[in-house]
Amino acid sequence: MIKAVMVMNTQGKPRLAKFYDYELAGFAKLRLLLLSAALSSRAENVSNFVEADAIFGLDSRLVYKHYATLYFVFVFDSSENELAMLDLIQVFVETLDKCFKNVCELDIVFNYGKMQTILDEIVFGGQVLETSSAEVMKVVEEISKLEAASNAITFVPKTVSNWRGR
Amino acid sequence: MAGPSMMETLFQRTLEDLIKGMRLQLIGESAFISKAVEEIRREIKSTDLHTKSIALQKLTYLNSLHDVDMSWAAFHAVECMSSSRFADKRIGYVAASQSFNESTPVLLLITNQLRKDLTSVNEHEASLALECLAKIGTVDLARDLTPEVFTLLSSSKVFVRKKSIGVTMRVFEKYPDAVRVCFKRLVENLESSDPQSLSATVGVFCELAAKDPLSYLPLAPEFYRILVDSKNNWVLIKVLKIFARLAPLEPRLAKKVTEPICEHMRRTGAKSLMFECVRTVVGSLSEYESAVKLAVVKIRELLLEDDPNLKYLGLHALSIVAPKHSWAVLENKEVVIKSLSDEDANIKLESLRLVMAMVSESNIIEISRVLVHYALKSDPEFCNEILGSILSTCSRNFYEIVMDFDWYVSLLGEMSRTPHCQKSEEIEFQLIDVGMRVRDARPELVRLARSLLIDPALLGNPFLHRILSAAAWVSGEYVEFSLNPFELAEALIQPRASLLPTSIRVVYLQSVFKILIFCVNSYLSQTETLADLEPEVPDSISQRENSEASDLASVRALFEREHDEAFNPGVLDRPSTDNSIEDIGNAADGDGQTSTFVSFRKNGFTRESIVNLVNLVEVAMRPLSVSLEVEMLERTCNILGLIEVLKRELPAVFQNEKVLEKEELEVLKLIKLMNDAFSEELGPVSTSAQERVPIPDGLVLKDNLADLDEVMGDVKLPSSSSFSLESPYNGQRMDPASCNVQSKEDSEASSESTSLLAEHRKRHGLYYLPSEGNGTISNDYPPANDLKSGDTNQDDTEDFVKLTAQSLVSKKKPNYAKPRPVVVKLDEGESVPVVLKKRDSRDDLLSGAVRDILLGDDAVKLSSSIKGKEKVNADPLDSKENMHDMENSSHRKSSSRRSKQRPHRKERGQTNPEKLGVEKEEHGGKVKSKSSHRHGRQKSRQKAEGSSDIIAETPVIPDFLL
Repeated sequence: MIKAVMVMNTQGKPRLAKFYDYELAGFAKLRLLLLSAALSSRAENVSNFVEADAIFGLDSRLVYKHYATLYFVFVFDSSENELAMLDLIQVFVETLDKCFKNVCELDIVFNYGKMQTILDEIVFGGQVLETSSAEVMKVVEEISKLEAASNAITFVPKTVSNWRGR
Repeated sequence: MAGPSMMETLFQRTLEDLIKGMRLQLIGESAFISKAVEEIRREIKSTDLHTKSIALQKLTYLNSLHDVDMSWAAFHAVECMSSSRFADKRIGYVAASQSFNESTPVLLLITNQLRKDLTSVNEHEASLALECLAKIGTVDLARDLTPEVFTLLSSSKVFVRKKSIGVTMRVFEKYPDAVRVCFKRLVENLESSDPQSLSATVGVFCELAAKDPLSYLPLAPEFYRILVDSKNNWVLIKVLKIFARLAPLEPRLAKKVTEPICEHMRRTGAKSLMFECVRTVVGSLSEYESAVKLAVVKIRELLLEDDPNLKYLGLHALSIVAPKHSWAVLENKEVVIKSLSDEDANIKLESLRLVMAMVSESNIIEISRVLVHYALKSDPEFCNEILGSILSTCSRNFYEIVMDFDWYVSLLGEMSRTPHCQKSEEIEFQLIDVGMRVRDARPELVRLARSLLIDPALLGNPFLHRILSAAAWVSGEYVEFSLNPFELAEALIQPRASLLPTSIRVVYLQSVFKILIFCVNSYLSQTETLADLEPEVPDSISQRENSEASDLASVRALFEREHDEAFNPGVLDRPSTDNSIEDIGNAADGDGQTSTFVSFRKNGFTRESIVNLVNLVEVAMRPLSVSLEVEMLERTCNILGLIEVLKRELPAVFQNEKVLEKEELEVLKLIKLMNDAFSEELGPVSTSAQERVPIPDGLVLKDNLADLDEVMGDVKLPSSSSFSLESPYNGQRMDPASCNVQSKEDSEASSESTSLLAEHRKRHGLYYLPSEGNGTISNDYPPANDLKSGDTNQDDTEDFVKLTAQSLVSKKKPNYAKPRPVVVKLDEGESVPVVLKKRDSRDDLLSGAVRDILLGDDAVKLSSSIKGKEKVNADPLDSKENMHDMENSSHRKSSSRRSKQRPHRKERGQTNPEKLGVEKEEHGGKVKSKSSHRHGRQKSRQKAEGSSDIIAETPVIPDFLL
């Protein structure tokens, strides 16, 4: 299963950190720090793997991809295929790209919620449920619509909305 | 996100505002965050759910990226979850799944809310609830919500169904009894026509099978069908993972899946699937030669790729093959060895592991030599990786692959002189371990110890201190193999030894003590034989006499000074003695035979040399006798005590060789006894040695020692002063006054000694190192530190390739002049006791439940087709006898399926796996025929390229999977 998904910039600032293994969520900050040190020590054009047993426990594998100022990192165990995970990063980034039209770090910073929604559609409780970015987009748009619809109610004075809620 | 409500914009900052504010803040991030949290705490108390949810959203954000505590807001999350507005509900759910854990108290409150949302008509609400359950599901939640999950498993909406499939994993894990309810529907989803549900189901089974493969063996036919029929690479990869776990359990299943897996391996264009096939074959199907051969061909393709990822994975796959099929590594040795100098650390490490996997007793010498040379040129980190892997490989299974221990000892020496070496602990351990286990290696060990100890430069490197400690121990313990014990003693007491930490100096001192005893004993026994002494006195008498002697000694302590003065002439004529020793040493080195050892020993211990040694040691020890470290103090006093006894009791020896009196005999016995004590051989100790000591009859061991206080109540613990300044041999007590006298004398003595040492050093160039006639010793001394600058890395790699090519190809064992020495092993208890992995009782429950279900399931299915399978199963089961009944039924089931699929298989199975070349060609045609498959792939590649020019900073890795 996938143990964690992280997005951080080249200075080591986390932009997204999602742990599917509850034990890993402890010391999250320290792990991110170690990880960013490990990532920044790697040159360009080398393999996309990092030996991460020391940071994320036994049977941990880690792949990352470096896009502009961002690192996308997936941590997983022996039940996943390394190259498939690299593809999954690609799917994730593609979807972000479709969503924000030419995604850059700032989009990700300001649309934290949306990024999380996208990821939740792809990875569910540590398992990959969706690998098509079109499908993901569809769901994300539906959710945004639903949210917008529910927010629209706020135009009605609060007392009324409360009353309707009952 | 948030709608443009007037209330919000006026009174509350949204998440977006918070993020913007954080980027613009001038007060420092942590101050800004604590202010924001204050604000959130205020807002979250609002009765308005919308305000509350916005506050919660901000808190969730801060918790996720800035580690702000949000456990206090658990109840607010529950409130938001119950909101009727989707946006608020969603925020509540996200907060809950991020922050709740087993011990969150409000968890009990959400069961009904989850149930309500799971049954909601809105699929997105159901999806939220499922996500939450998958993340934070507890035993209670899993139990209470099993019926709802069961219903959703057959939902018509794929969106909900795939998530409910995903959630079953958490539910099963927490509440195994859910298997009885849900398992059947889960299995039904394996036959689902919808690719998403299928992929989710296979994913769940992959996780389940990882924990307990045996229980899922009955499902093998279903998985086989997917393996053969599916076109989805994700699904295939997961199925391969499942088979990788099932195949080792059932040989016939392995046989059956080998062919389709090979087929996929040949046919697929997706590297991820291909790699998974390779990994499955080399990991779980390694007995099928033809499959392994094909896999190795594919590995070679990976190795020759430019993409470092593929290269790395190729090396990784090779390292899985290596233990069983070393030929695979040999075939690819050039690539592997070239990878040692790759710029990527991952690849370097992986290839190092492979090189070590190629090592055998016939090539270990060559490979180690080159690797050590390589280590000299690598960065410190990789250098230590190399050293570490050499050390662990050579020491594996009690130095199994080391044939020539003289070589190995000198290799250890060479490694310790590598500039970046930080493996001193391991080297220290091995030096001592080899000493204890391999008798024949001891002379070489002592020689190495000498060369390490005698080099004053090494003392300054703290990484080497542990090695020096081992060298000191070796030199003391096996001093009888030394060519020149005096030189060893000098090395051990050299002034720079004060750079060592106390724990290691202590070892030095103890070794000096041993050497001293050895030298004096050798000298005395030699004079004894020469002078043809009286017949030996029985032991009991001699012991009595010894005790008398020490009594006398304490009485006569006051006369000690005179003897000291009597010794001074000895110091003066020291240079000449040294020359003679050296000459003899050179002679002995000349041919290095045992006979010369003996002859050297017969002639080497002259009166002057002993006197010199004793004086030198005494001079060096005096300053230490006021050391503050108890251990050092004690050992120093031991040595000084011995020296005093010698001087008092052996005036005859020190003044006139021929005169031997009765007193001397006594001290002779004393020395002999001590020498015997030290020459008692130390061997390896079994870890279970303590347990094997029988408990004597009548000895009752108490577990509770509480009443010890009563017994010990009136016994005073020894005060710290009592073990301070007492010399054990003459029982003389040094009062403060004499201490003062002593220290004054010490300062003189030490200055004298340093001048002597300086003179000595000047005469011998680098510290005391005698010039060797034939360079047996000097050869392994200096070259380590000077890097040969002329060699470029490239040349070196080529050399290495050439070298290993030779050594790896020649399979014949080199003829060693001497047989491999005996390595002492203990029969039992040397390995660390293996702690049996205790399985979680919940796992057992789970697998039990799964077996129950599957067994029942099979019974029903099989009853219909029971006739056919009897025939197929005509030959007796060759599987393990103690297998479960249930598995038997699974064999039957799978074989019955096999018969169904036979025609299909024959079609493809015509190719003879031995003729790989032919097969490949045929295969190329097939790939073309699968145009639909390829077409899909190309499409997705185009997609990937379309997006890649947007984010073009890093090269896009080809889309392996889609």
